[in-house]
Amino acid sequence: MKLAMKRALLATCAVAYATFALAQDIRIGTSSEPTSMDPHFHNLTPNNQIMAHIFEPLISMDAKQTIRPGLAESWKVIDDTTWEFKLRAGVKFHDGSDFGVDDVIATWARAPEVPKSPSNFSAYIRGKTIEKVDDLTFRIKTAGPEPLMLNHLAQFGIISRKNKDMTTEDYNSGKAASGTGPFKFSEYVAGDRVVLTRNDTHWGGKPTWGKVTFKSIKSDPTRVAALLSGDVDVIENVPTADAQRIKKDARLTTASALSNRVIYFHLDRHRDTTPFIKGKDGADIKNPLYDLRVRQALSKALNRPAIVERVMEGEAEPASQFIPESYAGTSKNLKPTAYDLDGAKKLLAEAGLPNGFKITIHGPNGRYTNDAKILEAAGQMWARLGLDVSVEAIPAANFFSRASTGGAGGVPEFSLFLVGWSAGTGEPSDSVKALTTTFDRSKGTGSANRGRYSNPKVDELLLAAIRTVDNAKRNAMLAEATEIAMNDVAIIPIHYPLNTWAAKKEFTITPRSDEYTLATSFGRK
Amino acid sequence: MLAFILRRAGQGLLVILAMVVIVFFGVNVVGDPVWILVSPDMTQDQIAEVSRSLGLDRPIWEQFFHFVGGILQGDLGRSFVHGTPAIRLILDRMPATIELALVALFLAVILGIPLGLFAGLKPDHPLSRGVMAVSILGFSLPTFWVGLMLIMVFAVMLGWLPATGRGDLGSFFGITTSLVTLDGWSHILMPAFNLALLKISLVIRLARAGTREVSLQDYIKFARAKGLSRSRIIGVHVLKNILIPIVTVLGLEFGSLVAFSVVTETIFAWPGMGKLLLEAIQRLDRPVIVAYVIIVVVLFVVINLIVDILYSLLDPRVRLSGAPA
Repeated sequence: MKLAMKRALLATCAVAYATFALAQDIRIGTSSEPTSMDPHFHNLTPNNQIMAHIFEPLISMDAKQTIRPGLAESWKVIDDTTWEFKLRAGVKFHDGSDFGVDDVIATWARAPEVPKSPSNFSAYIRGKTIEKVDDLTFRIKTAGPEPLMLNHLAQFGIISRKNKDMTTEDYNSGKAASGTGPFKFSEYVAGDRVVLTRNDTHWGGKPTWGKVTFKSIKSDPTRVAALLSGDVDVIENVPTADAQRIKKDARLTTASALSNRVIYFHLDRHRDTTPFIKGKDGADIKNPLYDLRVRQALSKALNRPAIVERVMEGEAEPASQFIPESYAGTSKNLKPTAYDLDGAKKLLAEAGLPNGFKITIHGPNGRYTNDAKILEAAGQMWARLGLDVSVEAIPAANFFSRASTGGAGGVPEFSLFLVGWSAGTGEPSDSVKALTTTFDRSKGTGSANRGRYSNPKVDELLLAAIRTVDNAKRNAMLAEATEIAMNDVAIIPIHYPLNTWAAKKEFTITPRSDEYTLATSFGRK
Repeated sequence: MLAFILRRAGQGLLVILAMVVIVFFGVNVVGDPVWILVSPDMTQDQIAEVSRSLGLDRPIWEQFFHFVGGILQGDLGRSFVHGTPAIRLILDRMPATIELALVALFLAVILGIPLGLFAGLKPDHPLSRGVMAVSILGFSLPTFWVGLMLIMVFAVMLGWLPATGRGDLGSFFGITTSLVTLDGWSHILMPAFNLALLKISLVIRLARAGTREVSLQDYIKFARAKGLSRSRIIGVHVLKNILIPIVTVLGLEFGSLVAFSVVTETIFAWPGMGKLLLEAIQRLDRPVIVAYVIIVVVLFVVINLIVDILYSLLDPRVRLSGAPA
């Protein structure tokens, strides 16, 4: 009897202990996997989101991409080209050493120079000279005004000065993985998981989770099954096909945020005859995309609400510009172009093409949520306008290479094609600059302008905006540039996808607009 | 025997050379990896810099000779995406895949041979007909669908087995494997069965056909006339004779289990080389794709060699010789 009671008690204790341990753990199923544990090796969301737990940036961005103090506690603008930053005092690295300006200087030296990096952080660091004032104060000098200083400083994590000369392998093995972040590096099994443990002495207070496991589950149905079966507690990128069902499941909870990404069509504006548009008889015709009325007709013939409802199953919102209008620097005057097939047909007739033309539209397959399906839907909508449409969805590896340099003479190959663009800085200056300013290598403008749209007014406004430190003035210029580009149909925006997370019902989710999945976004009820 | 092995190794080298040329230039036709690698907001100059640092700005033949020069010094190049040596990446994930393939092979043998034997000995028994019907399903159902159904039933509905990933690792005589832990076995069962399904069906069919043929042979009749027990006739005389084709086929199939477990590994998020290959192809990570192909060719050459040796042990009439066949 006594023994039985003792056993029962032990069992209860064991169960209590197990649930206690579990209550502090969180297992997150991710749709991608990081390519490295080196915070400066690969500027890519799957890497950056995990690195953000271990290595913190100077400036932090909250769930809505609003600027917040990070390792830099405060800052002031000394003059147009000088900023002064004050670091948080008493911050320690995971290995116990003190954090100070020398670590920031070490990061400045390492981040742009990581060997063999497929995409490094030089864009945010080059042209910014750092000057130490004292152990916790430094100044950054730039050649010209840099209004996006804070946004840039939010993009990369700070490493310890001790690990300045460590290689990418040293970071992968955990040897150099000492940051100031809320979690410490514990284990990295490439292709499988990343395990982090709590940093009890984090300056922001003790994190909720004792242990965080990121499991990489690329296959959509498997990721959902892993959540349903309890293998993981939270998943990111809930597939649109399952979103409605998961929302109705009483055992689960979901949360979504409108992302900073726009899915849009780019149009060929650089060739008098474009290779994928022909007359209905198959003969070459003058590139009709030069004509504003044709571009407007294409935009009007797109039924955006139908794409959002049917193809995206409600997991998106119709788009009117580069990023949702809740962000700074967007135009409040622009509304998504309304579906108007008759109006579109009339415009096409006015442009001298009452019978339409033959066109092949292109897009990646598997790069953006439901990309190939959106392309097909758009193809059908344009067929209703009277065009002979062929749809070609191409694997991303092939698509981006062809879309950038696949045409004769190394120009973009396609005539009308679907792409996506996300604004990592949380405002539209990079979008306007990369997508709709004149393609000019020497100025670095129009780097992703695969339609080669060029409008001196947009160029002028954008170049002025990125040199204007005054927020209100800059945002007004960006909004104006956006309006000009959109009214000129430089691109045809379709929708902004929603980012959706799902978790067991005892968890809480704070959805983020930048597509980052962070352990700190989740809590327990 | 030695001449035989050397000749095989020579052939293997030629195949490797041919495959390297095909894959290297093939990947290049798909596209320029730099557009997949760079962050979209980089400027033209920064993109050009990445291209230069990875050597992608050189003409393709120059890249090829540089690569071959590296191979001669034992360097298969670094992954564009991971920045670590390609061969290291693959070898790191190889144990997980081999583990999966071994369990799948084991399932194919212990389920396939007895069922096939039974179906061959009693072809008209209703159970035999059932086995054969199921084996047709095993051949015709697509792997990814079966995988998802397994997950739905055993992980989501019944909750018996975990849905994804590899279990806890243990150490056995210095080999780190998940096959020595209970958690490991609970993780491996579903993917291994999914991978084995086709092979089980194959073995059933081979064993059944072999059994039906062998049971009519004179030596079986003689053994029966001699008064040998039924279990000895089946267990020794029938089994040994039907094993010859099965060993050959399974040997080759083991190679394909290791090399092409891509679908199963992706569905079950199994951290093996198949998943790595798929990702490498999606990201045009040429060094990894080429290194993978080299490893697979070596694997097949070695397996073929082992099969031939086993074959000669099972069937004394077969002799291995250095002379061309």
